[in-house]
Amino acid sequence: MTTLLEPIADIGGAAQPLLDVKGLTKHFPIGGGLFAEKKIVRAVDDVSFQVGKGETVGIVGESGCGKSTTARLLMHLMPRNSGDILFDGQLVGETLTLRELRRGMQMVFQDSYASLNPRLTIEDSIAFGPKVHGISDKDARALARDLLTKVGLRPEVFANRYPHEVSGGQRQRVNIARALALKPRLVILDEAVSALDKSVEAQVLNLLTDLKREFGLTYLFISHDLNVVRYISDRVLVMYLGQVVELGPVDAVYDGPAHPYTRALLAAMPAMDPDERTMEPPISGDPPNPIDPPAGCRFHTRCPFAEAVCSETVPALSSVDASGHLAACHMVIPGSGHSRAPALEAA
Amino acid sequence: MLIYVLRRIIYVIPIVISVALVCFLLVHITPGDPLVAVLPPDASQELAAQLRAAYGFDRPLPVQFGLWVWKALHGDLGTSIATGRPVFTEVMRAVGNTFILAVTASLIGFILGIFFGLIAGYFRNTWVDKLATGIAVTGVSVPHYWLGMVLVIIFSVTLNWLPAVGAGPGGWAWDWAHIRFLILPAVTMSVIPMGIVTRTVRALTGDILSQDFVEALRSKGLLERQVFRHVVKNAAPTAIAVMGLQLGYLLGGSILIETVFSWPGTGFLLNSAIFQRDLPLLQGTILVLALFFVFLNLLVDVAQAAIDPRIKRS
Amino acid sequence: MTAASDASLQAAPVHKARGYWATVGRRLMRDKVSVVCAAILLAILLAAIFAPLLHLADPYQGSMIRRLRPIGTPGYPLGTDELGRDMLSRLIYGGRLSLLIGILPVILAFCIGTSLGLVAGYAGGKVNTAIMRTVDVFYAFPSVLLAIAISGVLGAGIVNSIVSLTVVFIPQITRVAESVTTSVRNLDFVDAARASGAGPFTIMRVHMLGNVLGPIFVYATGLISVSMILAAGLSFLGLGTKPPEPEWGLMLNTLRTAIYVNPGVAALPGVMIFAVSICFNMLSDGLRSAMDIRN
Repeated sequence: MTTLLEPIADIGGAAQPLLDVKGLTKHFPIGGGLFAEKKIVRAVDDVSFQVGKGETVGIVGESGCGKSTTARLLMHLMPRNSGDILFDGQLVGETLTLRELRRGMQMVFQDSYASLNPRLTIEDSIAFGPKVHGISDKDARALARDLLTKVGLRPEVFANRYPHEVSGGQRQRVNIARALALKPRLVILDEAVSALDKSVEAQVLNLLTDLKREFGLTYLFISHDLNVVRYISDRVLVMYLGQVVELGPVDAVYDGPAHPYTRALLAAMPAMDPDERTMEPPISGDPPNPIDPPAGCRFHTRCPFAEAVCSETVPALSSVDASGHLAACHMVIPGSGHSRAPALEAA
Repeated sequence: MLIYVLRRIIYVIPIVISVALVCFLLVHITPGDPLVAVLPPDASQELAAQLRAAYGFDRPLPVQFGLWVWKALHGDLGTSIATGRPVFTEVMRAVGNTFILAVTASLIGFILGIFFGLIAGYFRNTWVDKLATGIAVTGVSVPHYWLGMVLVIIFSVTLNWLPAVGAGPGGWAWDWAHIRFLILPAVTMSVIPMGIVTRTVRALTGDILSQDFVEALRSKGLLERQVFRHVVKNAAPTAIAVMGLQLGYLLGGSILIETVFSWPGTGFLLNSAIFQRDLPLLQGTILVLALFFVFLNLLVDVAQAAIDPRIKRS
Repeated sequence: MTAASDASLQAAPVHKARGYWATVGRRLMRDKVSVVCAAILLAILLAAIFAPLLHLADPYQGSMIRRLRPIGTPGYPLGTDELGRDMLSRLIYGGRLSLLIGILPVILAFCIGTSLGLVAGYAGGKVNTAIMRTVDVFYAFPSVLLAIAISGVLGAGIVNSIVSLTVVFIPQITRVAESVTTSVRNLDFVDAARASGAGPFTIMRVHMLGNVLGPIFVYATGLISVSMILAAGLSFLGLGTKPPEPEWGLMLNTLRTAIYVNPGVAALPGVMIFAVSICFNMLSDGLRSAMDIRN
């Protein structure tokens, strides 16, 4: 009998979100010195969202919108400027240690090669985490082999190989096994399938779905690929220049996008059906510089519906309908001053 | 660009101060009393105390350092214990000779190094490349003081073509009577920069030639001569940085060659300062050489920035 | 429990590293130049260590009547020096000191510089600034000048030579170690290891060292070549050991006057320095390309 890591006990019950992020903010200072003016990149700016137990939440957005920074902040891999990250209602440093958090929350990185130590065999890479948490070498290896089977790799073939000796898809399976080795409750998948070929991507997505069911996992799925996010997510969160612009159940957002940015993103998405191809021009221009984001709504410089209010006031995330569909756009805020905004309901 | 230069200059200030501090402390970690060298063995306590006060050795260390720096800023590096002459004068006279030797050696080394490096880079993995890299490895591995001896054995002792030691009669002049003294030490000294520049240029050329843009230039129909211009343009910043550093090493590291050839430069001065335990002279020579090196580095950085658009922007 | 996990973590990398180093070793063995260089170095090293077992002439015993015999004299295959001592014996015995003062500083600097560079690179921030700015100060001196300055101030002697050379090489190795560490530090697998809850020392030992040591090791091997030349150079100037001790640099110095009488013998000690130096350089190059495993 091997001694394995105990599953992490649930604390707040099913109603309490597994992850509750409040006002997460990360600013990177750049430059600065004798003659250079100090500038600040607002990589993540006041981001709040929740991930329910057993849910898969997708985060989409263009590159540079702060998706990956958000992931690293959640893992506590870099210090944040402000904001709270509650894991099952617990705050690191109060009722939860960093080590405990990092057991409960694991991450799969985009670059399958860079995220494995080239000097360790696959088995050792997977066994490293459990050993850090006190599992014996023998048991950790047994666990690693068991997990290899679970992610669809035959241990007798792969356990003693080095990362450069296997394919990209296989490496990503190894990374998934490594993340699962600590029996986490939440797995952050940061562009985990983005670098893979389409056919391999589909296999890994199916594997993720199966593993979720088997281990009762919760996923935070970060990707720039809207199709993939729709396929795997229950709810989706759209980020633009470090801020959440739209958030809601995946079908509600995809079928009735409320924010012009989401609409533009969806319009630019390659249709699976050639008959549904859009001839509409996609979103124009590059995203503005996050060093110096525009005032008011950050999207107003590229928005076809921008009006005076958009460059003056920052729109708050507001309900679009009762399903929990929120958008940060003056066009959904009653009485915002935008000509397309709904009228204020009479009290 | 101006801002970059200003930033680099400001960055050099703490380095210069630290270099001065290291030079100063160097003498104070010395075992024994620095006065031993000048004091007659039967000197009285009184005389020792007098001399100690005269040289300022009786004050607290930070005060000594402050005074030393203050004087150094005014060109006063103290008096040589052995000769009684100002250190500054002695060092400056020697620096000129070292400069002649180091610059000549660098020129020989750089020209040969660039030549070998280019052909090795262009004909990668052919016998030409193997020969050039072989010469380069030999250049960096040969104990140059020994090479100097071997050259003396061949050209002075056996063939009697060139003089073995010295720098010629009287002061330096660019005539054959003096240049014949320069040839052997300069050639000896040139092997190290030759080897290093060959390696650098070979690696740079090889890397640049294997990049896609060269392929693009060729497919555009550019002549090999025009492609070569692009190679030079891309290799120049790094090559210049390496060469500047090498010149600095030669200026500061000439002591072995100067000893072999009795060349009256800073190395020779350093050698006699060490063996006569003439600490002010030792300290002054090291300080001047190190400062030369720091400013040469600064110059190289600025030159590199001037020709490399990527540095200017960052 | 923590102790047990710690022991098992230590066991892991040793078992792994063999896979990588075995490949490097195999590739190195296929490179003829490296094999020849390694063999020459090994021969010189073994001869120096086991010199007393080789039935050589006494390296200290001179004779006024047989001074400066040429190479090939019966009984003195490599001739005799200016005091009539057997050159072959002195060259072999000379390897003991010359190799010691040439190699030991690099080994010491490797240990100290790697630790400093690893800490600076992994910690980053203020720790990095403090370590690297100090290193910069030593970089402001040309290395030959620094070695001679320290040696000159400390005075002649073997220990002083070793100390001065170590001080010269520490900044160089620290710089290499810091830059390699920083680049490895930014790879995702280090973040993945942090994400699994491991502490900085476990990460450095298991994940950083194996990836960082190789490049630093190659650099240090090349540095031995420089160190041999500098160490013998210090002795050549009279800053190393004292006569009648056999040491290549010192022998070269004392034989300088003999170049008019017997140039062949006078040049011999330099040939030894040259041979060791070039072999280490070639071996370093061979090791570098053997470690460059890309599939």
